[in-house]
Amino acid sequence: MILKQIRRLPTWARWASFATLGILVLTLVQELGQNETNHLTAMTTSQTALKWSIPILLAGLGGLFAERAGIINIGLEGMMILGTWFGAWGAFNYGPYSGILIGIIGGAIGGLIHAIATVGFGVDHIISGVAINILGPFAARFLSSEIFTGYQGGSVTQSPRVESVDKFTMPFLAGGYDTPNFLKWLGDKDIPILSDTGNIFRGVLTQTSWATIIALLLVPLSAWLLWRTRFGLRVRISGEDPWAGESQGVNIYRYKFIAVMISGGLAGFGGAFITIEMSSIYQEGGTTGRGFIGLAALIFGNWRPGGILAAALLFGYPYALQFGDFDGFASHALLLVNAIALFGVTIWAIRKSKHADAVIAFVLATLSAVWYFIADTVPDWWVKILPYVIVIVVLIFFAQRLRMPAANGQIYRRGQT
Amino acid sequence: MKNGSIRRIALALAAPFAAVVFATIASSIFLLIAGSNPFTAYGDMFEYGSRLEIQVDILNRATPLYISGVAAAIGFRMNLFNIGVEGQYRLAAIVAAYVGASVSLPGVLHVGLILVVAMLVGGAYSGVAGVLKVTRGVNEVISTIMLNAIAISGLIAWLVREWQAGGSVDATTSNLGVGTEPIDESGLIPNINSWLEVFTREIGKGKELTGVILVAIVVGILYHILINRTRFGFDLRATGINPFAARAGGVSDKKMVLGAMVLSGVVAGLVGMAEIAKLGRFNPNFVGGLGFAGIAVALLGRNHPGGIAIGALLFAFLDTASGVLQVTGSASREIVFIMQGIILLAAVIAYEVVQRFRIREEARLASALLEGDAQ
Repeated sequence: MILKQIRRLPTWARWASFATLGILVLTLVQELGQNETNHLTAMTTSQTALKWSIPILLAGLGGLFAERAGIINIGLEGMMILGTWFGAWGAFNYGPYSGILIGIIGGAIGGLIHAIATVGFGVDHIISGVAINILGPFAARFLSSEIFTGYQGGSVTQSPRVESVDKFTMPFLAGGYDTPNFLKWLGDKDIPILSDTGNIFRGVLTQTSWATIIALLLVPLSAWLLWRTRFGLRVRISGEDPWAGESQGVNIYRYKFIAVMISGGLAGFGGAFITIEMSSIYQEGGTTGRGFIGLAALIFGNWRPGGILAAALLFGYPYALQFGDFDGFASHALLLVNAIALFGVTIWAIRKSKHADAVIAFVLATLSAVWYFIADTVPDWWVKILPYVIVIVVLIFFAQRLRMPAANGQIYRRGQT
Repeated sequence: MKNGSIRRIALALAAPFAAVVFATIASSIFLLIAGSNPFTAYGDMFEYGSRLEIQVDILNRATPLYISGVAAAIGFRMNLFNIGVEGQYRLAAIVAAYVGASVSLPGVLHVGLILVVAMLVGGAYSGVAGVLKVTRGVNEVISTIMLNAIAISGLIAWLVREWQAGGSVDATTSNLGVGTEPIDESGLIPNINSWLEVFTREIGKGKELTGVILVAIVVGILYHILINRTRFGFDLRATGINPFAARAGGVSDKKMVLGAMVLSGVVAGLVGMAEIAKLGRFNPNFVGGLGFAGIAVALLGRNHPGGIAIGALLFAFLDTASGVLQVTGSASREIVFIMQGIILLAAVIAYEVVQRFRIREEARLASALLEGDAQ
């Protein structure tokens, strides 16, 4: 009944109620759980979670542009790696803002190669993507050996330190620009749920990088561009039915090319973000598969910008828990959160009479709950692999439910119907 | 007819040849920009690569690359992308090293046990991705990448501490020590220097030609037989070329996906065996990156057992011979990475172009024949 009410709400209110539900669960687990932890809703956690979500979000948006134009972009990871390298090079020589721009260009070059191979020559999308994923780190290694080894503090595997872009703290709500700090006041009051919500928002609004803000603005911008402009319509026809588009006089090749380059540029932005905002340094292997997690976010987000953002936040959260969770209590508490979420999925699956889903969700939920109650803490390797496990579990339930663009992955040649 | 087959072979060789030429030219440009003389650099590499000891190194490097390439190719043959060879072989290697060290058996049995354990672990781990794809429709590229991360940053990092020689190490210590307990001599595949020395002079500088190269050869032969001479191989190829036709022909695509995935992992399990035979244990600095290099080699070799061998030898030559560049200072050794990357990409594109040319050629031939019939 509550679910039905929620479904009638407008989109923004529906998302807000899901978010409230999530915070409610986190708070309850923290208040009533076995171990004393406030890490799940701590300000630092939400701050870190947002930061870790951004590369995943950008990779996901990159995947969105490519796949809406019908080109599967497995090469996001390789383009992201190019972004980390070019971002570091640009930031070291011309400052962080130019670094991001140069990182975007670096990623777009990767996108251009993918477009030449898949659109120009009709190579299988996945083969070309895999080749780019191998080419990306190789190119970065070569460039480092040529350029970073000549810098003080640089080597074949890393760059010198680079600066980050400026930070923004929300006035009044989070005390930016010497204004009162309302959310701190609320957090210090220690009111259940309300204070936790306050802390979460305070983390998001405090010391937020402008790069993060720009990345978040790209979500509505992508939605507007793809669904409200002539350009977007033509990109989407390239992904849904390029032959129909061709018959209407649309130059499908051109739109596929542009979309895949935008895709690479966004992945490059994600890579530059990792270098400039997160590690302050280019490190070989620094992307740790987040280009692929971006693809998972694209699938879970049902090929829509808002969904990708939600997925990126979900996938970014367990990374954030790793920091500052030295006793493993927070990750332990997350087991119960996972169990509750999976029981929720069980109920949803039963209502939709998806019996296989229900059984799997129930088994996983029970395992998670049992583990929570028999152990005080979780081993450190579990904390490490949790983000990847969550990606797989999410895909187990949502990989088949969603709809991708109809002609996604098909090789289109002009003049063939 | 004779003429036709020569033409076909020429066409098949045209693509990789063009790719290598293109990559050489492109790399030369990079070298020139970097301020090195490409001719000196290539000359140094070839001179170095012509020494017997270096050729042994090349073969040692090519051996795991080849096995890894075959592992990837089994999936590629039916458009199934096992990107998880990296995680599969490392996990297989540590478990096999642990099991191998905890038993003592006579020679052949001991070696056999280690190989079987490695294959089982590899197959089981890739099987997870297979099951996820078949039952839940999870894209195997994403799941195998996630499983790589789980294996490398989670399971192996944990096991290497847990199975540390002389007792497990605490998570907080940074000293990971020497690795797992050493395997008895009987469990290590011996070198086959004497076999090679029949044809050549004595191998010096303490270089050893790995005996695992024989395993690689057997893997290649079995792969050839499997793909070209068995029902499974036929179904595999049919599913890759046209899944709908294959299904209509009674091939269960789910069984094929699962079978190919597991088999790919079984072969992947063997990738780390040369390193195990050399080290006698799994250590924290165990060789990495062979899984991804194997994918490149498989793409380069068009999933053909002979093609993969050529690809593996080419990449092994570049990897090994680049060492000399450091010594002579004629270029930075990282140039080979850019060469490998360009060769791969150029080959992938060149194959597509040649394939398209071939199809057009056949269509023209067929229409010419039809016209001939009509008259």
